[in-house]
Amino acid sequence: MSDRLTHGTPLRPPLLSLSGVHTHIGQYHILQGVDLDIPEGQLTMLLGRNGAGKTTTMRTIMGLWQPSRGEIRFDGAGLAGLPTPEIARRGIAYVPENMGIFGALTVQENMHLAARSGPMDSARLDWLFEVFPALKKFWKSPAGSLSGGQKQMLAIARAVIEPSRLLLIDEPTKGLAPAIVSALTGAILQLKSFGATILMVEQNFAMARAVGDTVAVMDDGRIVHRGLMADLAADKALQERLLGLSMDMHQ
Amino acid sequence: MSGSFESLLARLRGGDGARRSGLLLIVALMLLALAGVGSLPTWITLTLAGLAMGMMVFIMASGLTLVFGLMDVLNFGHGAFISLGAFVGVSVMAALGPWMESASLAVNLAAVLAGAIIGMVVTGLFGYVFERLVVMPVYGNHLKQILITMGGLIVVEQLIYVVWGPDAIPIPRPETLKGALTFGDVVLEKYRLLAVAVGLVIFATMTAVLTRTKIGLLVRAGVENSEMVESLGYPVTRLFIAVFIAGSALAGLGGVMWGLYEEVITAHMGMSVMVMVFIVVIIGGLGSVEGCFLGALLVGLMNNYVAYLAPKMALGSSILLMVVILMWRPEGLLPVAKGR
Repeated sequence: MSDRLTHGTPLRPPLLSLSGVHTHIGQYHILQGVDLDIPEGQLTMLLGRNGAGKTTTMRTIMGLWQPSRGEIRFDGAGLAGLPTPEIARRGIAYVPENMGIFGALTVQENMHLAARSGPMDSARLDWLFEVFPALKKFWKSPAGSLSGGQKQMLAIARAVIEPSRLLLIDEPTKGLAPAIVSALTGAILQLKSFGATILMVEQNFAMARAVGDTVAVMDDGRIVHRGLMADLAADKALQERLLGLSMDMHQ
Repeated sequence: MSGSFESLLARLRGGDGARRSGLLLIVALMLLALAGVGSLPTWITLTLAGLAMGMMVFIMASGLTLVFGLMDVLNFGHGAFISLGAFVGVSVMAALGPWMESASLAVNLAAVLAGAIIGMVVTGLFGYVFERLVVMPVYGNHLKQILITMGGLIVVEQLIYVVWGPDAIPIPRPETLKGALTFGDVVLEKYRLLAVAVGLVIFATMTAVLTRTKIGLLVRAGVENSEMVESLGYPVTRLFIAVFIAGSALAGLGGVMWGLYEEVITAHMGMSVMVMVFIVVIIGGLGSVEGCFLGALLVGLMNNYVAYLAPKMALGSSILLMVVILMWRPEGLLPVAKGR
């Protein structure tokens, strides 16, 4: 396993670490010993082919599926066995692959629910309106009536309206038009500039390269590569070996 | 200007259109019935009867639809809360005999209110025990839910036999709620007017809670995607227990009102009404309170119109209505889009 992260690059201690995590869904053994560190203040990309276990990893961290073995530590404390609401309250925000928008509720109501600890912070909301103007435009409209890109913006806005320590984003660009992907990329770069710690699953390699600091690649329920995103982006042979095709082919 | 137009379009796409279709269906049914009945006073009387029946069924069904929507729980034992509420409420009203026989409307209403409140409290508490003992062990397994909640319903019926005896108990309505008001040829039964008023108050209260309070928003969000609600940091199980208790209490209230409507209560009254309750929940769209309200009005009106025009078709008409609506909208009038 290539592991430049542990050989020379100075890193802050991981905010989240998974050690030997196994997850079974019914009779299927999906995660087969995942070891992963998420450094604080960085954006870690989680890449891999379809079915490699990326979404399962995210859901296991959130407690939506319980690990059958292994340890998940967040800010030094164990997460395994905790219910999902408790994990969220410890400071992990989650944007699922299907966005998890409450379509019958208005955009405002979606945001209101996400602001768990009280009224929404107006400065934070103003910033979100600046980054995602559509949210302001459709503030009183049912979220179900938004376009796919607008829903994704709402999903991300909802995850950041409440201060959190770690943001998990699962395939934010899935099915979105290039112009929307570009807007989302800009928003995520802005989040990064504020020092957010993010773990992101993504199939769009251009976006992964644009935003990622570090990368972990999964295959068959295990992490098979960890390193710097820039290194993976520069090594076509490695991309083809790990992901089946080079990033350039995806652009 | 263009923003507000886009916002309007968004609202139409988001469910206002379906809501309007449901209302239009009710209006169409009423107009069709007017043509069929041929007499305006009779039609008004039948319409009031239909609305009253619809309101009572709505009160009983609203909790069930939320329970299904929030936790995907099929509670066939819901009828137990209806029967229990009726028996407890009637016992309280029987104990307040002089209040029921008073010539004062206020005193009569106080007796009914006391019976309804105590009936709701008892069924709410019983709902909590039922949820913890019977429903919780079978979360996520529909077959077991059906079997065990049906079993729970039978046990409750037998317990009612033990406490209140096996015979049907007649309940005279309070003195001032007996009879009808007449305006020319129009006859409006007093109790039905009360039932419509109570139903509207319950619907307005539920709508206000569901749309204007955080707990209401959480319930609506949970019906749509409970996993996401948990991911935002809210424990859905606690929310579900609260909804289950509220739904049980409302079923108890519905039981008290249905008992006074029929003027007799039996241990199996809950099970009998459940056929109509399930039809209403399915027509409305599983998990939708607003859909449940529209469905209940449709079923109540249809039942009364058909009972007048073709008495033998009354129950069949509700089933026919359900079939027609499901052919038009397979997920019901106002289905909740499931996000999980």
